[in-house]
Amino acid sequence: MPISAVLKDVPTTATSGQAPPKAVALISGGLDSMLAARVMMEQGIHVEGLNFFTGFCVEGHTHAIRNKDRAVPKRNNALWVAEQLGIRLHFVDVVEEYKNIVINPRHGYGANLNPCLDCKSFMVGKAHQWMQEHGFDFVITGEVVGQRPMSQRKDTMPVVARESGAGDRLLRPLCAKRLPETLPEREGWVNREAMFDFHGRSRKPQMALAARFGFSDYAQPAGGCCFLTNREYTVKLKDLWQSRGARDYELDDIMLLKVGRHLRPRPHFKLIIAREDGENNFLSGYRRQFTHICVTSHGGPLTLVDGDVGEDDLLLAARLTARYSQGRDADVVQVEVTVRGGEPRLMSVTPFPADDIPKAWYI
Amino acid sequence: MGDKHTLDARRLLCPMPVIRVQQKVSGLSPGDVLEVWCTDPGARNDIPAWCRINGHRLLGISESDGELTLTLEVGESTAPGSPYD
Repeated sequence: MPISAVLKDVPTTATSGQAPPKAVALISGGLDSMLAARVMMEQGIHVEGLNFFTGFCVEGHTHAIRNKDRAVPKRNNALWVAEQLGIRLHFVDVVEEYKNIVINPRHGYGANLNPCLDCKSFMVGKAHQWMQEHGFDFVITGEVVGQRPMSQRKDTMPVVARESGAGDRLLRPLCAKRLPETLPEREGWVNREAMFDFHGRSRKPQMALAARFGFSDYAQPAGGCCFLTNREYTVKLKDLWQSRGARDYELDDIMLLKVGRHLRPRPHFKLIIAREDGENNFLSGYRRQFTHICVTSHGGPLTLVDGDVGEDDLLLAARLTARYSQGRDADVVQVEVTVRGGEPRLMSVTPFPADDIPKAWYI
Repeated sequence: MGDKHTLDARRLLCPMPVIRVQQKVSGLSPGDVLEVWCTDPGARNDIPAWCRINGHRLLGISESDGELTLTLEVGESTAPGSPYD
């Protein structure tokens, strides 16, 4: 059946002249959640969006830091979606609560450190809690059966509904016809026939629906939005946990993992070496929290030293910093070393030869 | 015009500046003015978008040495669930 036929005007409680039922939508900034919200609005539902900040969001951060990306137009996609739809958007900072999801997911991880099933249950649970606190009626997501390997399988989608506590107040408008009837349908708040049966990994149905609504310039589907799905990032996170002997983190830790070259020349310390001016600028905001090294005789990186280091370690760190400076081929490079809480001092070092850096040092 | 307030959101990256603005504004009154200092270049778009979405008025944006200053006026209460205009 063509999409235009599905979107015909069909009476529901929402169109009967009473105050419309209210739905809270998980809005990631991606296409699917945008479409799910719009489909509900077409049925006269009052929709408001929630966007959760876990600290692991890919969007925006690297573009905001690196100079080479600064010419790229930046927008927060969740805000953009909300403005396109004409709905309110509420950000929810869940950095602290989310730690337990990352550190100890009940359903384990995907290919990297992505706890997708626990994550989705957590976020729907928070949305359900928000729904109750603000007098809303149900929760919607842009999930599609079979689209993602962990949380959007036919057997795991009921797990999300159950473990979140939302139960049958969780509605997935884009694939509702493939799932059991929910409370909003039974109550007549929404019409099942005016929802969809999307499934699988193809994005074509969503793109066609977007065209029907006149949406363009949306965030490209299937783009990774979470650093926990990124192999290079999760290697660094595992290294952090291993070096500290504990699976824990603070927001600054997970932000710093997104920036710079990370080297661990010795088990007890790590170097975060800026790769360009934008990263220099970003890391400089952390310099008082770390022992740090900058190059004074040539252009070069700021290096943060994470760990307790002795004089030999500082010399090694300084030589590695010099290797990544514009003085890498010079006989001597001058650096300024500031031990955390101390005064800066100058050192003259020979840059570490690039070919002599063991691959194992790179995290 | 109401009271004037400031918010230092420098060194914070998207979406933290907007989250901090949201948190700050929730405790202010309609007519209050909030001056926000940011270094995240995305804030130039994000905070005005947040204002438009949530019924607050952007009064101005300036930039100096890579630091943005955005000034907004808190709008009338738009509690969750209240009807859209």
